[in-house]
This record gives sequence, structure tokens and C-alpha cells, in this order.
Amino acid sequence: MIRSEKMTRRRVIQGGAGLAAAGLMGFPAILKAQDVLKFGHLTPLTGFLGPLGEFAQMGVKLALEEVNGAGGVMGRKIELVMEDSVNPQTASQKAERFVERDKVACIIGEISSASGLAIAQVVDRAKVLYINTGCNSDALRGSDCKKFMFHVEAQNSMYVKAIGRGLLADNMVKGKRWYSLTADYAFGHDLLKVAKRFMEANGGQFAADELVATNATDFSAYLLKIRDTNPDLVVSNLAGNQITNFVKQYTELGLKFPVIGFAYDTAVAWGAGKGNFLGTWPLLWHHLLDTPGSKAFVDTFRKKYNKPPENQAWGDYQTLKIMARAMNEAKSIDPVKIVEFFESGAKFDIGKAREGYFRKADHQMMQEMYTITALPVAEIKNDYDIFKAGAAVPGPSENLEVIAATPEENTCKLS
Amino acid sequence: MQTTLIVGQIINGLLVGAIYLLIALGLSLIFSLGGIVNLAHGAFYAIGAYLAVVLTPRIGFGGSLVASPVLVGLLGLVIERLLFRRFYRSDPILSLLLTFGLAMVGEQTLRIIFGAAPLPYAIPEGLKGQFFIGDFILSRYRIAILVLVTLLVAATWLLLHRTAFGRVVRAGVQNPDMVGALGISLEPYMAAIATLGVGLAGIAGVLLAPITGVHPAMGAEILTGAFVVVVIGGLGSFWGVVIAALIVGVVRGLVVHVFPPAAEPAIYALMALILLFRPRGLLGERIQRFE
Repeated sequence: MIRSEKMTRRRVIQGGAGLAAAGLMGFPAILKAQDVLKFGHLTPLTGFLGPLGEFAQMGVKLALEEVNGAGGVMGRKIELVMEDSVNPQTASQKAERFVERDKVACIIGEISSASGLAIAQVVDRAKVLYINTGCNSDALRGSDCKKFMFHVEAQNSMYVKAIGRGLLADNMVKGKRWYSLTADYAFGHDLLKVAKRFMEANGGQFAADELVATNATDFSAYLLKIRDTNPDLVVSNLAGNQITNFVKQYTELGLKFPVIGFAYDTAVAWGAGKGNFLGTWPLLWHHLLDTPGSKAFVDTFRKKYNKPPENQAWGDYQTLKIMARAMNEAKSIDPVKIVEFFESGAKFDIGKAREGYFRKADHQMMQEMYTITALPVAEIKNDYDIFKAGAAVPGPSENLEVIAATPEENTCKLS
Repeated sequence: MQTTLIVGQIINGLLVGAIYLLIALGLSLIFSLGGIVNLAHGAFYAIGAYLAVVLTPRIGFGGSLVASPVLVGLLGLVIERLLFRRFYRSDPILSLLLTFGLAMVGEQTLRIIFGAAPLPYAIPEGLKGQFFIGDFILSRYRIAILVLVTLLVAATWLLLHRTAFGRVVRAGVQNPDMVGALGISLEPYMAAIATLGVGLAGIAGVLLAPITGVHPAMGAEILTGAFVVVVIGGLGSFWGVVIAALIVGVVRGLVVHVFPPAAEPAIYALMALILLFRPRGLLGERIQRFE
């Protein structure tokens, strides 16, 4: 009994000290909370897209520092509420919580197209702004498009047409047989549809197109089939870690068919490593891009995280900045006003040679894209610069919309 | 050509099965003796792979193939002594919760230290390349894995069936109380088996690092497949696990050949089918504790 009393007394003192500390630190925080503006950030940190989600968080945190350092939004500091979106069901619940409990001014992020759709349905009901930073499905800009959803991430059509130009120039489509492997979920199915449309419109055909479960780690059985089929081109519509496993095992088996992908993230190439990485891939942004804005971003990112940013970091970084700028210029956080501002065709410096803008018809950001090709091992100097990049697509004198889906290809009815 | 490809898929399936086997064998050993369903087995496998990434620049692939499993095995020993041993006689659900928690701790620790992005790791120079036998193509590296797995399986079998140590372990699997009544304490044997089983997961991690992505969730990716192998093979059966691993590898390869979208579900369907006809698995023995 005596012993337990002693314990109790000690506990009381500890508790008191704790309370005092909480009072010292907690009160200013509560006072401050009134004039902060909350932004919700969702991205998958687990599962096969987890590696990309980590970069997304790094990017958005860096943008937060810069925006708050420059005065925030109309004098109010931004506070980020960040969550792991896990899967569509959880993404939906967490988006709902952002809206109901945190009263966020907007939501940004996500990578999985299936989860992106779940978030879109929540924001559509709640009339909260959402900018998608990583979901590629055309459907999100077409049949599932929403008034309050915008897209900094490019749509599948843009990826396909960006790299498709190179394929046409290299005569890899007309009369050629493609062997495609596709991630078996919303994004992959959508990409396959878009890729097939491009291939057929340009006179190519599938030697085979096959779906691969997102949790598949062994590709050897598929590779034997590819070898047996003897295609002119091997096409990856895979996603996340699937690509790392695929290129590693493709190299292992020493197959020589040219490889391209219609979707790609730099993290998976870094994960495969020099000597394993191969093929030509399209992407939204890369760390070797030679523009002042881009170089400044790469430098700050490297200083903070000791490694270069990849495209997903760029997407979430730019998106927070775009959102803050829109609110500052529209002098409002009212979602309806911001939608009007975006739809007005406002141009945004996104660290590329040309500025980007949201297309009114489907809320897709029109912007330059790039293709990269793996370097031979002998030409690689470090673990990160393992590819060489092509020129921006579309070219400097072209309309940015030429690589986007036409309204006929992807119809969006914004209500 | 079609027949050749199917034979090719079967051979390749056997190679894939060898990889399943390496992970499933340790899982089966720990389960058979201690009754612990080790959901953290995948985490040990992942730690093995990460140690290979860290150690290879210093001591080479060969060095890490030895050092990494030893370190992972020692980690297994520590965890066995501190945690597992408290759960040998308790409700299996408790050890399930324990190892589920350990799996998450393991994965998150790797994420905190190394980040979520996959780390690059390549096949060692000497093992790159392919063999061509007629129309068949075989990865030189996977042949090396097969050879190593065969040696490890043989060594484990000899240890269990031709040594005094193995006799006690096998008796312990069947009837731990009788072993105790004979004045033999099973504790050191259980510790040794846990070290061995976890060490095998470490070896699997090193061997697979060159051909799959090295990332924190890699353990969770392979674990379910390994469990399917253990369940199909039957508890307490050494050869059951071996046969099941090879069957699972071959079945998956053939389903990829015929209808790829069903490749992953197929192994679960196979498990359900086998359990329907043989509830104890292919070669599962009647173990009183588990009935």
C-alpha cells in the first residue's frame, strides 16, 4: 500500500509537470489555430505505390515551408494535415474526415486512380476543392470528372501521346506487334484502353496484352511468354514497384526486345538501379530538367532531403504552390471562386520552359511532358542520373493541348 | 513450340518454387515446433535483403550471403528468447497478434531508416547471364539459387533426420510433454530452430534482392505465398513443404501461361482444393496438439 502511495505521489508530480509543459506549449498553438488555414494531403504510403507517396509528402512539405515563409495565404499560415490514403475505401473515409472534422480549405494529393475517384466523390458532395497530383486515369477527366476536381498530374492520353510521337518517328507502331503487360486495377485498365486506341489508330496490333496483379513480384513466367511471342515492342502499362520488378527480371533474362512504358515514375528506375534499368518512358517532370525554376527546386530539395526529387515530389510541391497562389490572387478561399480562377485560364509557372494552365473543359493542366531513355552502364556517373532526357513534348511552337485527349476521346460533363 | 513453352514454364515454375520453399521452410519449422504462426517471417526476409544492400559494398555478395543470414538469425534468437518463448503454450491467437505486431514494427523500422523507395541492388557480375538449352532459356542466377536451395534443404533434412538434435526436435513436434517427461528441456531446441528458421528467411532476402525490388513492404508481398505453401504441404511435414513449394511455383507459371489475370488467385484456389480433400495438407501428419 505504502509503495503504491509513493507511486501515486510521483505520478501526480509527473502529471503536474506534464500539464504545465502542455500549458506552456499548447496554449499558443491553440491561439494560433484560429488564423491558420488547413490543407488536407492524402497519398498512399503503404503498398505498391508507397515509395511514390513518400516523395509526394517530401515535396508538399517543402512547398509548405516556402509558401508559409512567403506569407502564406492572405496573411494566414497554411497547416498541412497529412494522411496515408491506403486504399480507395480508406481514402474516402479520410477525405470525409478532412472535410467534416478538420474543415480543410482544400485536399491535394493521391496517386492511385481508384482512390482518386473515391476522394473525388467526397469532394463533389461536400463542394471542397481537390487537386489530383498523381492519378493518371483518363476517366477522372472524362466520365468521372467533377467540378471541384483539378489535375496537375497528366492524364493517360498525354503520357501515351507524348511517348507515342517518338514511337511513330522510330516506326514502332505501323504494322508492328506489341506485347503489353498491364497493372490489373483502375489505372492500368484505363491506360490499356488509351494505349490500344493509339496503337490501332496508327496501324499497330497487339501480339498479346496481359493483366498482372498489383501484388505480383515474379515476372519470369510472363517473360518466357514474351520471348516466345517475339514481339516488335514490349510495352509496360505497369505501376509502382511492379515496374522495378519487371525491369530487373527483364535484364536478368537478357531479353533484347525494345521496351517502352506508357507510365513511369523515376523512383522505380532508381530502385531498379544502373545496369538493371532499361527502356524509354514518358514522364511529367524529371530532376535533370534544365530550367531555372526546376534547378532551384532540385537544389532546395537536395539540401533538405539529401537526394534529388522525383516526379511525384515535383507534382505535390507544385500543387500546393498553385493552390496558394490561386487563393491569394482570387483573394478568397471559397471553392467556387477558386474554380472560376482556375477556369479563367490563369497561367502557372511550374518550373518548365512553358507555363501551365488548367483546361476549362476537363480541368486537366496543360503542360510540357518529357521522355527519358535509360543510359548504358558505361555512361552512368551516379545512382540518380541513370537516364538521358528528350526534348519537351509538345514542341515550343505547338499548342500544349495537342497531346491531351480530345473531347471525343474523353468526354467530360462538368455540372 | 507450344509444348516447348509449357515445358519451359514448368522448369521456370520449379525455380520459382525453390524460392517459395526457402521462405516456407523456416515458417514451417517454427510453426511445427513452437506452434507459432510467424507473421513476422516476411519482415525477417526484408531485413535480410536490406542487410545485403548495406553489406555488399563492404564485404561483397558472397560475404553478405553469409553475414546477413547470421545477423538475421541472431535477431531471431533474441526475439525468440524475449518474446516467442512466452507464447509456446498459449492460445495461438496471442502469438498471431504478437508476430503481426512485430511484422509492422519491422516494416516501419525499415521505412524509417531507409525510406519507402526501393533501393537498387544488382545480380553479382559472375552470376549474370543466361543458359540456353535448346529452346529453353534459364537465368544463370536462378540456377545458382536452385543449387543453393537444394544444398540448404538437404542440410536441413540431415540436421533433422540424422542427428541427435533432429531426433529431439522431431519428438518435440509430435509430443512435447513426453520429451519433457524424459528429462529433456525443449527450450534450447526451440531457440535453435527459431534461429535457423529466421536465418533461412534472411538467406531468402539476400538471394531475392537482386531480382525483386528491395523496399520495406517486400516481406508482406511474399508472406502469403509462403503460408499457402506451408498449408498445402501440411504441418510438421518436411517433404510436404518441399513438394508444395514446387507445385505452387509450377501452377502459378502454368496459369500465367493460360490465363494471366488468375495467376495470383490460382494458388489460393489450389490451397482450397487441397484442403477440401486433405484437410491436413498433402503430407500433413496427425499432430495431437493441433487437432
